[in-house]
Amino acid sequence: MILVGEKINTSLKGITEAVRSRDREFIARKAVEQAENGAHYIDVNCGTLIDEEVEALPWLVQVVQEAVDKPCCIDSPNPLALSAALRVHKGKPMINSITAEKERYDSIIKLVQEYNAAIVALVMDDEHGMPKDAPTRIKVGVRLIADLVQAGVALDDIYIDPLIQPISTDSNMALVAVDTIRGIREVYPGVHFMCGLSNVSFGLPRRGLLNRTFLVMCMLAGLDGAILDPGNREMMSMIYAAEALLNRDAYLKNYLKAYRSGLLD
Amino acid sequence: MDYIYAYVLEGDTEGVVKGVKRALQDGIEPAVIIDCLINSMAEVGVRMKNGDMFVPEVLASAEAMKEGLQIVKPLLSGENYSQGKIVIGTVAGDLHDIGKNLVAMLLESAGFDVVDLGIDVPAEKFMAAIEEHQPAIVGLSALLTTTMETMKKTVGAIIARYPSIRVIVGGAPVSQEFADSINAHGYAPDAASAADLAKRLIN
Repeated sequence: MILVGEKINTSLKGITEAVRSRDREFIARKAVEQAENGAHYIDVNCGTLIDEEVEALPWLVQVVQEAVDKPCCIDSPNPLALSAALRVHKGKPMINSITAEKERYDSIIKLVQEYNAAIVALVMDDEHGMPKDAPTRIKVGVRLIADLVQAGVALDDIYIDPLIQPISTDSNMALVAVDTIRGIREVYPGVHFMCGLSNVSFGLPRRGLLNRTFLVMCMLAGLDGAILDPGNREMMSMIYAAEALLNRDAYLKNYLKAYRSGLLD
Repeated sequence: MDYIYAYVLEGDTEGVVKGVKRALQDGIEPAVIIDCLINSMAEVGVRMKNGDMFVPEVLASAEAMKEGLQIVKPLLSGENYSQGKIVIGTVAGDLHDIGKNLVAMLLESAGFDVVDLGIDVPAEKFMAAIEEHQPAIVGLSALLTTTMETMKKTVGAIIARYPSIRVIVGGAPVSQEFADSINAHGYAPDAASAADLAKRLIN
């Protein structure tokens, strides 16, 4: 499971102030915590600071990479901010995200190519917006993957986001995401999937329970990446258990290692 | 009419329909029944804010209330129960509609006439709708950090041309601070608060 740590995001408490005041120590600590808890990528997102995103995003990348030896998941729909951040990134970055919407696709694909980046791709296009049903999402996703491959992106660098929407306003939405993952994986077994899970439980009590149950359902369908808080013990223990049960953990090494580290308690 | 109130809170559409018909048979004025329906939904809003009711339950209640309203509305003779008109939409470049739909629904339940322009709404379309519907309030939603900028421009354009209209904003990345910075007249963190905010601005 490829884990992206989501905690450095200016829409979360405390981060806006830290970025505004360029508090290196605070940001570095967030990065170290997440890396220690198992994050493979550190997400950086300061999109709420509209006026200074172009300066703040590269600053975040630099502070994170001075603190931990991990690549960043650079999270912005703004090509200018992305470009500035990519310029200072070391190693292979992940860009979050591209869609099949023409304007967005054209501006982001150049950066993916230039920096040989891994790319999170949302199953959206101009014609359907955010499709409500799985068959349309699969169609949009398959076409988007074909375009990306055509543009020289390796299948192994593509992370499809199936769009997670709340079951509170449309009770079919969890299944739509699961079916989307399964359907796209049938066509492209080598592609990856990446998404945040917490949208699914919007408006409901005991969100953690819904989020981690949903995670397991998505993993069975083929989800192999997630944007989450790696400090969330309940969620992480569920990932270890699910990987073990889905035969994605040879000799159950990770499961047993997590057990000995006390991560499953 | 406690039974209508109880059925709305339970989200029991059949119950509300039966209750409304019974109230009419008992000779209760349509306007009084509408008040009861709106008050029931106000209580739903309060419970939602307190964490005692959740989104799917609120949807069921609103649906039930709406069915009840359908029966009574045609019986109103010329009177207008409407609290006022509100034009609502998600700003250009943004395709998110879940939060906006929830707000629209709770505004309707609170007795407002809601004109929902949908998603990806350019400023010109808001302007045209304002000309056509003459609303007291315009509500804008943005769920992306990129479209917050669009929200700022759209709010600016609306205020410049229609200074008497109250503009309210919301959406995940939007905050009170941001709302103040773009001169919006109000911000609500959730759908139930949006209905309260609209009522406050009208009065």
